[in-house]
Amino acid sequence: MKLDYTPEQQAFRAEVRSWMEANVPAGKLPSFDLTRQGFEAHRDWERKLSQGQWGMVTWPEAYGGRALDLIRWLIFEEEYYRAGAPTRVNQNGIFLLGPTMMEFGTDDQKQRFLPRMAAGDDIWAQAWSEPGAGSDLAAVRSTCTRDGDEYVLNGQKIWSTRAVFADWAFGLFREPGSERHKGMSLILFPLDAPGVTRRPIARMDGEMVFAEIFLDNVRVPVADRLGDEGQGWHVCMATAGFERGLMLRSPARYQVAAQKLAALYHANKANLPASIGERVAQHWMDADAYALSIYSTASRLEAGGKIGPESSTNKIFWSEMDVALHQTALDILGPRAELLGQSTDGVSPVDWLDGFIFALAGPIYAGSNEIQRNIIAERMLGLPRG
Amino acid sequence: MQFAFTEDQLTITQAAREMLVETCTPADLRKQLEAASPRDDARWATIAEMGLIALLAPEDAGGLGMGLVDLIGIAEAAGYVGLPEPLIEQAGIVVPLLARLEDNRGWLDKVLAGAVVVVGHPINPFVANADSADAFLLADGDDIHLVTADAVTITRAESFDPFRRLFTVSWTPSATTLVGEGWGDTAERGALLAAAEMIGLAQRCIDLAVSYAKDRVQFGKPIGTTQAIKHMIASAQVKVEFARPVVHAAAAELPLGTLPARARVAHAKIAAGAAADIASRMSVQAHGAMGMTWEVDLHFYLKRAFSLNYAWGTQAQQFETVQERIAAERMGPDATFASALTQ
Ligand SMILES: Cc1cc2nc3c(=O)[nH]c(=O)nc-3n(C[C@H](O)[C@H](O)[C@H](O)COP(=O)(O)OP(=O)(O)OC[C@H]3O[C@@H](n4cnc5c(N)ncnc54)[C@H](O)[C@@H]3O)c2cc1C
Repeated sequence: MKLDYTPEQQAFRAEVRSWMEANVPAGKLPSFDLTRQGFEAHRDWERKLSQGQWGMVTWPEAYGGRALDLIRWLIFEEEYYRAGAPTRVNQNGIFLLGPTMMEFGTDDQKQRFLPRMAAGDDIWAQAWSEPGAGSDLAAVRSTCTRDGDEYVLNGQKIWSTRAVFADWAFGLFREPGSERHKGMSLILFPLDAPGVTRRPIARMDGEMVFAEIFLDNVRVPVADRLGDEGQGWHVCMATAGFERGLMLRSPARYQVAAQKLAALYHANKANLPASIGERVAQHWMDADAYALSIYSTASRLEAGGKIGPESSTNKIFWSEMDVALHQTALDILGPRAELLGQSTDGVSPVDWLDGFIFALAGPIYAGSNEIQRNIIAERMLGLPRG
Repeated sequence: MQFAFTEDQLTITQAAREMLVETCTPADLRKQLEAASPRDDARWATIAEMGLIALLAPEDAGGLGMGLVDLIGIAEAAGYVGLPEPLIEQAGIVVPLLARLEDNRGWLDKVLAGAVVVVGHPINPFVANADSADAFLLADGDDIHLVTADAVTITRAESFDPFRRLFTVSWTPSATTLVGEGWGDTAERGALLAAAEMIGLAQRCIDLAVSYAKDRVQFGKPIGTTQAIKHMIASAQVKVEFARPVVHAAAAELPLGTLPARARVAHAKIAAGAAADIASRMSVQAHGAMGMTWEVDLHFYLKRAFSLNYAWGTQAQQFETVQERIAAERMGPDATFASALTQ
């Protein structure tokens, strides 16, 4: 057990740090949810990252990566958040679809999609959920009907994050007449294909973070199916493993949040009860505990281990930590917590409120925490199914 | 950076764990209670023969010269079985303390041969296992005294945990008993090892809840099929999962002796204590009224977890260390590991 960085790892950190210092945009980019312009500003940032070969550092060099190990990926993420770099508009692609494609994709698919993904040329949305298939994803009704070398897609998807402006989506479809886990395929489709209609959905704060997607006889080549025909469920579960397990939420995000929370606390300490200090300490501990856990998982995976149902514990931990941390920040702000504007004394209550609203969704998406608890109980601990 | 145990560490932990699980079953605990014996001599002999007590002793003293990290998985296993004998205290606290003394008066050799020396640390007025001790390391202020069993008077202070044999000790410090000055990191070692034991205890409470929930039938089906029970158990498991790496990191970082390292130990104690607390109470709930009885085994583990939560520093004290670290040291993603922070 060696809990210090090697000189090579430190040199890598320095390299990332200086690149970020030279390249991270000075001001905050406009939201990628509100306008096409904001979305494109984020795409430009993805391009800049990929020009520096920072698009996805763990990917093979052939696809625009650096073939680095997971420890270096963590160091990269640490410096990324430390620098306050923009939120990755392409995280569905690089963190979820990318790893899935490396495992299940054909050579042709890898060549066609991965470099463009790493470069920000294609921004991806995830089209799994449907109005009648949320937690029960096997209830998906949208269909793929085989017609020679093409599939014809029909149906409706919902809650697709960033689909308002994204270029492509990966979705779960079933052969007409098939039921439950059988007969499903994971299919890639361009969001500007004839027959695709997107309708933005406003979140409770008015931001259009997700969209409905209507598919009306959309034709896609069979070559754009990821994984074998009828094996969509299996492929999706692998993606979900990445989503919960490691990639979707790297620890640095929460460590930076805990750092900001401590600063907020220290600036307001004189008027606060001691119990708030303990809560702040608890959130710092939780953020570090999450980091330690991910480092130990990364070490295990580097040594050839596999990630199993225990990844569901990650999902619960980070989502609950995020809500609690923001709750404490709002409690520190007190009467200012509800303000939408910037306040005069240097703190921006609205940033914490934004963070809180975002955090509220954490226990819902990527498989709700109730479903994760079922997975832990049944697959990790072996309790009987209901 | 390599946050994983080595093959050697895993092998020795596995061997110790198998021995403990086999020789320290709930039935064994009950027998030992009936016999009112402070320790099971056969098991203690096995522990000594396996060299577990000598893990951290210097090689020139006949030990294996290992570090706290090597002991941490064994401490978890000792917690998992609710081991009554002071293996962890002897191996992780007493042996290093004796090894550090300029003149340990031959007691290190004796401990390695199976004698028991117990610790009366300034942080706690009670001394565990005093009735089976051959000698005592006792505090007079910050001074350390080594006193043999015949020179002390011990009075039992009954604990909720029947296997925690606590005593107050009266004795007279003198120039001849004085063996050293300064307890150093003894309290941190105690806190860390208690944390590791609590991880094992928490997991045991969860495992007991799982097996009970598979068997117990209500409304025509096992209670473990219901989500109320499943989710309660799963939540406890999440607590364990995110306390364990902290305990492991604390073991690796404690030797640094810096504030961030001490804060990690404090974090380990808080997180493992919370996990053990939640898991043990959850398990009582999952067992229903049976959970409140002497008859089911759960109480052995619940009681040990309860006691360890108050040993070697309370949660409030640990929180103070964490808050001190937050105020004095860099936070953030490049400050995860104590080694990254200079002192
Ligand atoms: C911000 C946000 C972004 C999202 N982005 C995407 C995206 O990009 N792509 C995509 O495909 N989807 C996305 N989703 C959808 C998300 O995956 C679903 O919301 C989620 O799977 C839950 O489904 P549902 O909303 O239909 O809730 P439901 O399944 O209707 O659940 C409602 C409630 O009932 C509980 N529940 C349901 N079944 C059970 C059960 N068996 N046991 C116990 N409790 C149960 C749930 O936990 C929840 O609390 C997003 C959601 C949010 C909030």
